[in-house]
Amino acid sequence: MTNVVESGPGEVVLEARGLVKRYVLGEVEVLALRGVDLAVRRSEFVVLLGASGSGKSTLLNVLGGLDTPTEGEVRFLEHDLARVGERELTRFRREHVGFVFQFYNLIPSLTARENVGLVTEIAENPMDPAEALALVGLGARLDHFPSQMSGGEQQRVAMARAIAKRPDVLLCDEPTGALDYPTGKVVLEVIERIHRELGTTTIVITHNAAIAGMADRVLRLADGRIVSDERNPRRLSPAELSW
Amino acid sequence: MRVLDRKLLRDLGRARAQVATIALVVACGIATFVGSLGTCDSLAATRDRFAAEYRFAEVFSSLERAPDPLLSRVSGIPGVAEAEARLVFDVTILAPGQEVPATARMISLPDSGEPRLNRLHLRRGRRPDPARRDEVLLGEGFADAHGLRPGDRLEAVLNGRRQVLEIAGIALSPEYVFAIRGDSPLPDDRSFAVVWIGRPALAAAFDAEGTFNDVVATLAPGARPDAVAAEVDRLLDPWGGRGAHGRSEQPSWRFLEDEIAEQRAMATTIPPVFLAVAAFLLNVVVGRMVAAQRQQIATLKALGWSDGPIAAHYLAMVAIVVLAGALAGTLLGTWFGRWMTRQYGAFFHFPLLEFRLVPAVPLLAAGTSLVAGALGATAALRGVVRLSPADAMRPPAPRGYRHGLLERLGLARGLSPRSRMLLRQVAGRPLRFVLAVAGIAAALGIVVLGLCWRDALDHVTTVQFSLAERGELAVAFRTPTTTRAVRELARMPGVEEAEGYRAVAVELRSGHRSYRTTILGIPADATLRRLLDDRLRVVRLPESGVLLTRHLAERLGVRAGDAVVADVREGEKPRRDVVVAGVVDDLVGLSAYMEIDALHRLLEEGDVVNGAALRVDPALEGTTRARLLATGGVATVTAKRSALREFERTTSRFILFFTGILTAFAVAIAVGVVYNLARVALQEQAWDLASLRVLGFTRGEVSLLLLAELGATIVAAVPPGLLFGRLAAWAVAAAHPAETFRIPVVVSPGTFARATAVVLAAGAAAALVVRRRIDRLDLVAVLKARE
Repeated sequence: MTNVVESGPGEVVLEARGLVKRYVLGEVEVLALRGVDLAVRRSEFVVLLGASGSGKSTLLNVLGGLDTPTEGEVRFLEHDLARVGERELTRFRREHVGFVFQFYNLIPSLTARENVGLVTEIAENPMDPAEALALVGLGARLDHFPSQMSGGEQQRVAMARAIAKRPDVLLCDEPTGALDYPTGKVVLEVIERIHRELGTTTIVITHNAAIAGMADRVLRLADGRIVSDERNPRRLSPAELSW
Repeated sequence: MRVLDRKLLRDLGRARAQVATIALVVACGIATFVGSLGTCDSLAATRDRFAAEYRFAEVFSSLERAPDPLLSRVSGIPGVAEAEARLVFDVTILAPGQEVPATARMISLPDSGEPRLNRLHLRRGRRPDPARRDEVLLGEGFADAHGLRPGDRLEAVLNGRRQVLEIAGIALSPEYVFAIRGDSPLPDDRSFAVVWIGRPALAAAFDAEGTFNDVVATLAPGARPDAVAAEVDRLLDPWGGRGAHGRSEQPSWRFLEDEIAEQRAMATTIPPVFLAVAAFLLNVVVGRMVAAQRQQIATLKALGWSDGPIAAHYLAMVAIVVLAGALAGTLLGTWFGRWMTRQYGAFFHFPLLEFRLVPAVPLLAAGTSLVAGALGATAALRGVVRLSPADAMRPPAPRGYRHGLLERLGLARGLSPRSRMLLRQVAGRPLRFVLAVAGIAAALGIVVLGLCWRDALDHVTTVQFSLAERGELAVAFRTPTTTRAVRELARMPGVEEAEGYRAVAVELRSGHRSYRTTILGIPADATLRRLLDDRLRVVRLPESGVLLTRHLAERLGVRAGDAVVADVREGEKPRRDVVVAGVVDDLVGLSAYMEIDALHRLLEEGDVVNGAALRVDPALEGTTRARLLATGGVATVTAKRSALREFERTTSRFILFFTGILTAFAVAIAVGVVYNLARVALQEQAWDLASLRVLGFTRGEVSLLLLAELGATIVAAVPPGLLFGRLAAWAVAAAHPAETFRIPVVVSPGTFARATAVVLAAGAAAALVVRRRIDRLDLVAVLKARE
């Protein structure tokens, strides 16, 4: 099995070569990535599948500009993400990436609209926060605070916040991890619809193999390496998934 | 060591910066308490011991002159334990090598050489030889100021005759612990000496054999000083009694009393501010620690630990912080007290003034701070007890927020989400915000309090010595004379201008209230002595009627238009009615003023003066003073400016010390409040802030979000802080006696600006330390797990 990933049609937006990530956890050195090569094309929907500890979050963090690799190359279009400072990484996240996290990471003191506004305020050509919230089906809950919303609703606010800046890449880290089954499905439907309607390059990381069915491409990670790279012959809709 | 104790030590170690800043705030409060209370205890105990061991009198009166046999009648007054008669004269002396003469109070020693009352402590040398008329004891203050030792000689002018006196010894008296003359508000060891001399020599010089002009008495147990003083007055009245009084009006005693009261006020008013701030900080920090350790507490509970030991665990943390602060504060306070006591040693002439600390003081301090700390931690401890293990294992629900009043009113429209975050952060914990504002306001107020003494002193200097009393020298004539004497003074070389005054001793009465003072008659067109109102405008003397110092009017309960009775206390002692024409705002003394001709009419006398103010060529001030004192008719010359300079020289160290200490303490509060609030805010909001960082906010933007709340807190604290400082200054001034020397409540804009700058700088420094932690926020970790 080779680590060099086959590429399909379309422009490569994210590219990684020979990624190694080593960090020290307490007094133990952990080798989280052991040489990952990857290329993601524009508008691709990629699911990164792996068990806990496989290195998938580390990979997402490096791709999203939250962390830099110990060795290897990462590029987003013409931007080098491996050897730049904190300032450039911040700008990269600000201008190009939308994040969705397992725990939503909403600001509790801001309403849904304001949480989205937080991002549109610093983005260059953002959507109106209300428009973004309507896209995730929360047009009626604009002025609710996180504490007044269910987990699924909070996650949809997080998605609206991620897409409101019209990002080039949408990175979702276990977006259904904290949600129950039906709510998780609703969130996946939103992700799917956004990908379909906006054409945003989307990378979802999960340990839930069932979700892989909705991707164009499924990468499996184990022990810090990509162990398989498959293309789904047909993308399933979230309604067709079950786990 | 129990496992929980180990956790305690490690938790304290991790929070060491916070622990240290809170302990420092406690330490400042305790240092003030221990230092001030210790100093005031030491002063009071030393004073009382000195008074008791050296038989300090309890009733005092001076008089014109009375025959010696009258003393037995004074001794016979019910309530008098013992009375002693003396001769007391103020004369001019010249220390060797000095060009400018000083005033000396010559006090007679009885034939035994040792007074029975107001006994002397011989510091150096020996007692005068009764066989020699030229040997004297010299008070320590003047001796030290001029470097005089036993064997040195002084030149004195006794009743116009020049005489050389030899210093046999240097002595201290309970009557002159603080060398103050009585008519000058400022102590001046350089130009005021106390000299004890054998009675025969003094009597011979002033033709006063067989008479006395001063009497002092001690009281029998249970006797009331004012009752005895009234009897003494009745007895001495025909002999020119100038009014008997108790210790409370004895200048040296009163000054000590005021100083002790001031220290006591410091000890009781300032420390509670610090302890309250410390309690608040403990509340915030321990509350935060308990919140962060929810799961640990739950685990302990799940493992079978009961509430008691867990609560005790957090309480022990508070106790350690507070006791560390109390210990440091006691050490600092002891140093602080020793320093102050040493400084007082230079002002107050005691045989031995040592700082002593009763163990009860630090124990009380530690106890009080423990209570304050425990109170501060109550809310957090209640949280520990209320937590059920199952609840605690789950992450806390997101804090609920609501739309604030401003927003519901639509006033927040147009605010960015970040501004709203800030607004709701503050609105979500209004009590914390208010207390934080109060804490910083207290810090600011304390700096203002520390700095404003300089303003007060500058104000007094300007008002009293540049605007009101514009003459450099004040001359008192030996006996009342005519304006011709003033014209002669004006013609002396070095004198540029001279104005004559008539000062008459009176007792002013209104109903049952009375006060002994002087009515000063000033020419209507006087330029060297002007009267001012509270806005420093010159008050014109009315053609008739008397102007009273505002506090005197208040004391007598009169206002403009009321009549007061003036019992003149000299000459024929007439009683006159006089109308209060208005009030003036003097800073020094409680006096009455009249236009000089009006005063002459009131006293039914001619063109009489008994004092003068002189404007002199500054370069010739010394020689002019010497020349004036050589003039037969001049009794004393007071150089206001040099007395003030001397006072400034001695007090400036005090002022600098207090300013320094209070500013340092205030910085401790400001840093304590800002640093801890910033740390706690960062801990509470780390998740949010890291999320923002992930979303693409820069470090600067995120820092601003956190620090803006602190900035808002500091800015909100400025107006109440300045107000608090002013009120505190006012309270301290109000605690000061109105009679001797009123401390004006003056806070210059410069002081406000400097105080604000100090607090802003302290806050900014503390905030910057925390900002560095924002830079180190672990973005990846914070996204992985909710605390």
